[in-house]
Amino acid sequence: MATHAAGHHADHHDDHDHKPQGFWNRWVFTTNHKDIGTLYLVFAFIMFCIGGAMSGVIRAELMKPGLQLVEPYFFNQMTTVHALVMIFGGVMPAFVGLGNWMIPLQIGAPDMALPRMNNWSFWIMPFAFTVLLCTLFLPGGAPAGGWTLYPPLSLQGGSSVAFAIFAIHMMGISSIMGAINIIATILNMRAPGMDLLKMPLFVWTWLITAFLLIAVMPVLAGAVTMLLTDKFFGTSFFNAAGGGDPVMFQHIFWFFGHPEVYIMILPAFGVVSEIIPTFARKPLFGYQAMVYATASIAFLSFIVWAHHMFVVGMPLGGELFFMYATMMIAVPTGVKVFNWVSTMWKGSMTFETPMLWAIGFVILFTIGGFSGLMLAIVPADFQYHDTYFVVAHFHYVLVTGALFSIIAAVYYWWPKWSGKMYSEKWGKFHFWWTIVFVNLLFFPQHFLGLAGMPRRIPDYNVAFADWNMVSSIGAFGMLCTPVFMFLILWHSKKHGAPATQQVWEGAHGLEWTVPSPAPHHTFTEPPVIRAQDLAHGDPTH
Amino acid sequence: MAFGARPDAGSARPQTVASHPVCGGGPNDWDGFRVMAMKSLATTRTGRAVGAALLTLAVNISCAASTLPARWQLNMTPGVTQTARNAYTAHMIVLWVCVVIGIIVFGAMAYAMFKFRKSKGAVAAQWSHNTKAEVVWTVIPILILIVCAWPATGMLIKQADTSNATLTIKVTGYQWKWRYDYLDYEGKPTGVGFMSKLDSESDKTRQLGSGLDPHAVKTGNEATYLLNVDKPLVLPTGAKIRFVITSDDVIHSWWVPALGWKVDANPEIINDAWTLIEQPGTYRGQCAELCGQDHGFMPIVVEAKPKAEFDQWLAAQQAAAAPAAATAAPAPAAPQG
Repeated sequence: MATHAAGHHADHHDDHDHKPQGFWNRWVFTTNHKDIGTLYLVFAFIMFCIGGAMSGVIRAELMKPGLQLVEPYFFNQMTTVHALVMIFGGVMPAFVGLGNWMIPLQIGAPDMALPRMNNWSFWIMPFAFTVLLCTLFLPGGAPAGGWTLYPPLSLQGGSSVAFAIFAIHMMGISSIMGAINIIATILNMRAPGMDLLKMPLFVWTWLITAFLLIAVMPVLAGAVTMLLTDKFFGTSFFNAAGGGDPVMFQHIFWFFGHPEVYIMILPAFGVVSEIIPTFARKPLFGYQAMVYATASIAFLSFIVWAHHMFVVGMPLGGELFFMYATMMIAVPTGVKVFNWVSTMWKGSMTFETPMLWAIGFVILFTIGGFSGLMLAIVPADFQYHDTYFVVAHFHYVLVTGALFSIIAAVYYWWPKWSGKMYSEKWGKFHFWWTIVFVNLLFFPQHFLGLAGMPRRIPDYNVAFADWNMVSSIGAFGMLCTPVFMFLILWHSKKHGAPATQQVWEGAHGLEWTVPSPAPHHTFTEPPVIRAQDLAHGDPTH
Repeated sequence: MAFGARPDAGSARPQTVASHPVCGGGPNDWDGFRVMAMKSLATTRTGRAVGAALLTLAVNISCAASTLPARWQLNMTPGVTQTARNAYTAHMIVLWVCVVIGIIVFGAMAYAMFKFRKSKGAVAAQWSHNTKAEVVWTVIPILILIVCAWPATGMLIKQADTSNATLTIKVTGYQWKWRYDYLDYEGKPTGVGFMSKLDSESDKTRQLGSGLDPHAVKTGNEATYLLNVDKPLVLPTGAKIRFVITSDDVIHSWWVPALGWKVDANPEIINDAWTLIEQPGTYRGQCAELCGQDHGFMPIVVEAKPKAEFDQWLAAQQAAAAPAAATAAPAPAAPQG
């Protein structure tokens, strides 16, 4: 164990904070879950900025009726790549980064089960995104058929189709390997006494998410491979003239796609379930119900995929089944929201920055959930489908949902990672600025959809101009926010007050039993778990 | 209860709740309250802003706007078919359910954030279970979902039956225009068919850097930029019309909000749908599935005419089509309905 392949610095088990020397050893050859977590988070931040820049182009063009800035074909490239970057380069890697940092700490493990595979999982990602983003410079440009890649349109692209599919395969392999690592770690490396039903909810949500990833990423791989062979090797999976079916792509894609959106939100539920009890100084309400609700949501996510396809020409029985199944997801999701509110109820709350973001999540994600319930009602969905109402829905659940939880998690665990406190004043400023502009950006999109504005269009009738202007103003305000966060964290690293080990008065969990900053290697000996270290399930329960 | 489409109410003519033909009422106690409220709303700057917003909200949420979308439009409109009214009703039911649940949940949060703050000396309880509450808030949402799903199921079952139509229209999506063929009417093939694409004024204006003003693209006094075509689809009112919908290339989707539905146009596949338009008028829609660069530039215009006028129109089309001429007689100018 003490020696590794040439070029790899040997571990020193007696010095827990001894980091590998040199950039390559520390960052390129790392097998350390904390450093890999940092790499994922930095990567995700860069991707959020790139995807954000594309949304800036989109909202700049949509600010006024008429075409002022970009040709429609380039606009379609922007919408397509914006979504691919945000989903696969932003949200998913950010949660993997949080998982890498926190899962071993929260279960008392020294590292992930498969540290070298962990390294490879990360380093695939910059290569995959270089390939994807370079398609913007190919003749014919980047993919422009929507991130959902429906054929035949997606097959009308040029060579970018092949490169995008290659990039998606790489990202999928990264996710599958990461998911295997997470399951192996959680099932095998918990410290003695850390029973499954005593684990922090963040660990539970990641465990369930990892199963979803393993189940559906191969389905996406299959779908895009069929696209590839249809385009380049003469198959007719999705070409009706050759005996295939374009609608079958949609079924296969959304069989991946619906669990995918739960992959993007379950860890968010976990984060919020860590933060609210800490700042309410009260245990999470209904811990076991939260676990079962998460598992129910994950199970249900497999049987609702065709709610993305209500207008495709499905038989009546299919439409009814998918409507009922989709509506059912509201029940466990509602249980979770009620449990968060009940955790706050009769608590003793303070409103530091992480708590603000978590409360913002609960309120605004719930609004996204409401529009989701509305979308489930098929006769109404005939009017909502492929309009800005859908765009509003998914941005509420993904931006004010997933992204808010990621930001909350970073503020919450930053003192443990860096050993420094951030500036509360500027953290709160970041939060309130975001609240104003994110709602200006996305709330009017509900109105636009209800008024009849379709999605994925670069120009529109003048009646839609007013709300589009408001939305674009919101977008430009939002473009400032990554800058704020970067400056806040940078300033904290340079000048922040030292953080204590406990950091937050009401925090419980093994991660708060190690120093701040957490040493490079933690729990090299399994910890003895005391009742007060557990957030859930004391030994007598 | 039917809200009729009001095709001429779409422009920026200011409307007050009192003067609105559908929403306004006669003198009553409500008027007294309104006068008092309006006074306070009018005398402060914030009051004026709030008042303007409330007014717009009241007018837009409860009353049908024109068949063109309205500026600052907030809500779906009930449309001109039973299907559209079904969509509107289903939408309003689930919207109100969500509003009520939101008020309860967010209200509880707001109360909790005010009352249970450490700075106010709140001491945290340590309970984390309440089985009765948990059962209640699992069962009640299930009941609420049934209340939402029940009418929706009935609507879908009725909407699935496309049989016994008077007229069958074949809609074919192309990159980037539509084709309409009048397959048969009252049991006989018509031989009428034509392409329908974005009108030339919109097309000139939408070019990147054209310097032309979209607000100047008008049909009569309506701003129809990107919502107008050269040859609209003319349909009879009061008759069940079946659509068979397909595509020549990629997936498109045919959507006219006033009719209340959209259906994808898939290549080599035929989907069907039906409508029964209750009121004459001009109804505008757009392609609703990304289909390439001009996806936003292939609108749909339906002109619904009473049966007699439709029969006349169709006969004229057949006469023009008879010598198999490439150019059909120009469609009559869109009336303001």
